[in-house]
Amino acid sequence: MAAYVIRRLLWLPVTLLIVTFLTFTIARFGPGDPVSIAAGQFRDPEVLAQVRAERGLDGTLVEQYVRWLGGAVRGDFGDSFLQQGFTVNELIFPKMLVSAQLGFMALVAVFSLGIPLGLIAARLNGTWIDPFIISILLFLQAIPVLVVIPPILWLFALQFDLLPVGGWGGLVDIWWIGGVIAIPIPDPHLYIPLFSMSLGGFAGVARLVRITALEVQSEDYIRTARAKGLPESTVQLRHVLPNSLLPVVTVVGFALVGILEGAFFTETLLGIPGIGRFTFEAVVSRDYDVIMAITSILAAVFVLMNLAVELTYGWIDPRIRLGEARS
Amino acid sequence: MTTEAVEVARPGAIGSPSSPSRELWLRVRRKRLAMISLVVIAAIYGGGLFASVVAPYSYTEQNLDRGLEGPSADHWLGTDRLGRDMFSRILYSSRTNLVVTTAVLISGSLVLGNGLGLLSGYRGGAIDGAIMRVGDVFASLPGLPMLILINATFAPRVVEFVRWVEDHTFISGLVSSGAASYLTVFAALSLFSWVGTARIIRAQVLQLRERDFVMAAQATGASPFRIMWRHLLPNVSNLVILQVSGTMGAIAGSEIFLSWFGVGVQPPAASFGQMLFEGSGARTFQANPHLLLVPAFFVTALMFAFNLFGDAFNDAVRGR
Repeated sequence: MAAYVIRRLLWLPVTLLIVTFLTFTIARFGPGDPVSIAAGQFRDPEVLAQVRAERGLDGTLVEQYVRWLGGAVRGDFGDSFLQQGFTVNELIFPKMLVSAQLGFMALVAVFSLGIPLGLIAARLNGTWIDPFIISILLFLQAIPVLVVIPPILWLFALQFDLLPVGGWGGLVDIWWIGGVIAIPIPDPHLYIPLFSMSLGGFAGVARLVRITALEVQSEDYIRTARAKGLPESTVQLRHVLPNSLLPVVTVVGFALVGILEGAFFTETLLGIPGIGRFTFEAVVSRDYDVIMAITSILAAVFVLMNLAVELTYGWIDPRIRLGEARS
Repeated sequence: MTTEAVEVARPGAIGSPSSPSRELWLRVRRKRLAMISLVVIAAIYGGGLFASVVAPYSYTEQNLDRGLEGPSADHWLGTDRLGRDMFSRILYSSRTNLVVTTAVLISGSLVLGNGLGLLSGYRGGAIDGAIMRVGDVFASLPGLPMLILINATFAPRVVEFVRWVEDHTFISGLVSSGAASYLTVFAALSLFSWVGTARIIRAQVLQLRERDFVMAAQATGASPFRIMWRHLLPNVSNLVILQVSGTMGAIAGSEIFLSWFGVGVQPPAASFGQMLFEGSGARTFQANPHLLLVPAFFVTALMFAFNLFGDAFNDAVRGR
């Protein structure tokens, strides 16, 4: 087990190196020359060369990559091409914060609503309610995020004028009663993005929990628990619930990926200043250093998350011995 | 990496009256939900396949006098901003989706995933290590941003290249039809879709290669290629079908997402993603709801059918 963890941790930097080098090469491969854009009206070869050197775009691809890597390991991702005078860090971290807050809340929503619903559906297996819930969940999972948002926006923002059309206002809003009493409420900008981002994941988690709970229900140890006279509530809470949660842990990573990808559409459609919208802008306008910073940070997060999920898997269910499944 | 061995109902013994694939088909036939979804998929993709025959208008035919009309006898599903017939656009979008999905499934899942999985599992050693490490790298790349990046940077190059081909050969009309953009979308998606299949196939082959029939084949002097092709592949075919039925929806969805972002299939070629994008926006929806609702209906129906079919098929293969 320890050897397995160490081996995986040793692979981590190698994977990251390959990933960043690939991204670096692909990003440099596109059409157009950012140097001539940065140089503006000056077409002097000397000026171009100077800008190239300033931007770290001189030398071979490998030299450029090594230079970039040197900065990146120290947390310096260079300057933005597009937004002159800003470093990449100044640009992406506030946006990452917004996306992280939104993503975290969506993740909480997905699991805190999906798990109970899945257990309820499994309990009601055999009645008409179970297939009813399942078909609704399958339907919710099938609707792409980008289809859900416009109708909701129209209904709540334009028709009933209850929620803002888009934008971002932080997490907490203060609701004043009579100008005296302040009650903190979730910011109204949050509802639509949270709803649309958690819809698919919520349905997926609920279906997964239902399937596992059904399998666990028919296990021998559940029959034993019932046979020794435990009350049904104890059987459900102590035996069914913990054993149904194992596969749920493994999908935390997938759920987060789904939420992140959903964020691209949600943020674009709702004008939320997050990393999703910004990535797209950076790719289209070929803002090299921004692209590189975002991809490498995301890749690092993905790799670490996968590792964490795998390790928790073995920790929750001791029957699984990591590293021994390989031959 | 824990490779979960998927338990698959064993194919029947050789010489049994009904072949395993026939048995599987009979089991799928019994699932009503699977058959309904199959009909929905066939209807939408069939419309796409025969788009040039079925569609009442061309997907580029504009009529600016009759833009943004609701459904009528002339235009069954209304017209878009440029007065193009929505029904015809839907049919051609479905053709786009069908072409990209099929091509990616064949190249990504069937050829790359299958081939590398078999090779990795059967040869083992350094080849196995190399293939699986490359797979790990692809699995750890953030998918959507990478797809956007690849399509945004490579697509113009590919178009340039195709234009060069057009200039130097007798082929023409490739760029103007938007066919060049299919190529990048297809290549980028294939690059990301083989890892799952390869891992599953490898895990199964690791068990199979210890079996007697493989040893017997080795003893008769069969080449590794022959063993993989004639002996191992038929034994993992159920897994391959399972994987394909499970990932079809995701691949079809990726094409729609990329086109929505404007880095997928390029206009004038029709795509569900573009149509959805044109109908998005709360004010647009308020004024012309059919711009969003029409493509949304077909996309949701297609995704719903893919999910249901994948689930039901999974149950059938596992003998449930």
